[in-house]
Amino acid sequence: MRLVEIEDLHVSFSQHDGLVQAVRGVSFGLDTGESLGIVGESGSGKSVTCAALLRLLREPPAKIAAKTLSLGGHDVLAANNQAISSLRGRVAAMVFQDPMTSLDPVFTIGDQIAETIQAHRKVSKKEALGEAVALLRRVEIKNPEAVVRFHPHQLSGGMLQRAMIAMALSCQPDVLIADEPTTALDVTIQAQILQLIKDIQAETGMGLIMITHDLGVVAETVDRVVVMYGGKVMETGPVEAIFEAPLHPYTKALLNSMPGQVAGKRRLVEIPGASPNPSNPPPGCPFHPRCPIATIECRQIVPPLETVGAGRQVACIKVA
Amino acid sequence: MHQSGVAVPALELRQVSKRFPQRGGGNSTGLLAVDRVDLAVQRNQVVALVGESGSGKTTTGLLALLLVGTTSGQILLDGTDITHLGQKELKPFRRQMQVVFQDSYASLDPMMTLGEIIAEPLGIHALFTPAERRDEARRWLEKVGLDASYATRYPHELSGGQRQRISVARALILGASVLVADEPTSALDVSVKAQIVNLLQDLQADMGLSILFISHDLSVVRSLADEVVVMLRGRVVERAPTDKIFADARHPYTQALLDAVPVINPKARRRRTFLTADEISSRTPRMSAGELETQPLVDTAEPQLVALAGSHFVEAIVTG
Repeated sequence: MRLVEIEDLHVSFSQHDGLVQAVRGVSFGLDTGESLGIVGESGSGKSVTCAALLRLLREPPAKIAAKTLSLGGHDVLAANNQAISSLRGRVAAMVFQDPMTSLDPVFTIGDQIAETIQAHRKVSKKEALGEAVALLRRVEIKNPEAVVRFHPHQLSGGMLQRAMIAMALSCQPDVLIADEPTTALDVTIQAQILQLIKDIQAETGMGLIMITHDLGVVAETVDRVVVMYGGKVMETGPVEAIFEAPLHPYTKALLNSMPGQVAGKRRLVEIPGASPNPSNPPPGCPFHPRCPIATIECRQIVPPLETVGAGRQVACIKVA
Repeated sequence: MHQSGVAVPALELRQVSKRFPQRGGGNSTGLLAVDRVDLAVQRNQVVALVGESGSGKTTTGLLALLLVGTTSGQILLDGTDITHLGQKELKPFRRQMQVVFQDSYASLDPMMTLGEIIAEPLGIHALFTPAERRDEARRWLEKVGLDASYATRYPHELSGGQRQRISVARALILGASVLVADEPTSALDVSVKAQIVNLLQDLQADMGLSILFISHDLSVVRSLADEVVVMLRGRVVERAPTDKIFADARHPYTQALLDAVPVINPKARRRRTFLTADEISSRTPRMSAGELETQPLVDTAEPQLVALAGSHFVEAIVTG
């Protein structure tokens, strides 16, 4: 089943000094049980894309337009607030980078998980708390009976992120959207949380969207990759193909610039310049000012995302 | 710990400890954040200090800069013990040791132009005329890869990578010989990270700079550092030339850190096993005195840092 379908999504924000075009024509989809990585740098539009999918943006200043924007078969753009609320958590649940700001400091972990459960199902508080303990145990928190009574400040960053995952799982969502879930964590804790997410996905068969700036996280966790830059999709494909034979010059440059891939102290391959300014994106291909193979045409033509093989698409007139 | 004939290190910490008083006081002996740390940064070398949050790596950097007072131990700059110098005697030494922090936004005054920011240290040390300071600032803008015209701009006009270039220029304008860089690339986009790593390498070669590079990013460390010092709970548990750390780590904590780094190859995915803190402690290597390069200084059953062949030090329990 098609869990997520995004076609030609545009998201802009009106600001006092003009319009910020955060997402400029993004399309991708997700099937049941599939895991998708959306990789991009700050300002690439990867988080805004998923926030738009769950209608988490305040409108206005945000303005969302799309040919198709559907979640679990429901038209997200046409849905009213009540309908959207019933999709959130049940069809798609989200885990964010900073669990400390996503949790309420004055309520216990158990209360907050129970609240989510009761918002979607008619169960007693006692039953909901019992489920919260089971969920905390599922995310491998030791001594869940005690932790359920803890307040957020009593938990470490890694435990908080586990609690957030427990909360996201509480309504058995069809798709879990994780936005940089491990970026604030130490490297060993990151590896544990990624392992946990993979295990739960394998066990429940839910879909997974992993939003990250880290190619390492993508290489470790997902089946398929969408590479974003300047509010657009540069390339999509199966994870192995993307890493083995990247097509888009941006994907190639990103992979080449990764430090520490070989032994020895050395200069790294840089990508010259800086990411595009979303209130004043360059004409044509957003990557052309930094692209080693760009020509005058790349300034003039906005490259369409073209299919170039099994499950692969690339937006580059020099490659496609 | 080093042989005779070896040059005097640019920066050396000898058995440096820091105990922070804890709230409530009373009988508490406080928190031992840094525990008898030895490290040396040779001239024109990069030493990486790695470890997770709470390991004491940032405190060690602040101790090295005398921005935090030591509880015990010595800090030597070019062989001179500066641990107990007063502010006035310390001032000429402060010129030689500078710092770059992770958050370039918080460390640049938003009301000052970039030219003023870069030239400020020259004013503090009453060097040059105002006109010469302006010229010097422009020269440094170009040296860190920015156009001299940036001198009249403000920090908010810059990207994260550009701001970090400004921080580097300000740190080095006094002709520092030692730079402490605390996670200088951690907040940067992937495509810009390589630019800053390369800038540090170039400046190091140009100026004969010695760098203490504090980071949790082992990939960057591999491409930048000559030597790696691994800290765990305030103690150095392993120290070795970078290639040796990556090829032949001996301490279970170093091994766990390396194992957790994501692999940029989807075909090499594997299930990881994770050690608890107790398991890491219980796996402290045991070595007989015969295996060691030099005989241990203390006769104890407690773990201590011992020397192996090839400038490799590891915390181990010496048996027999």
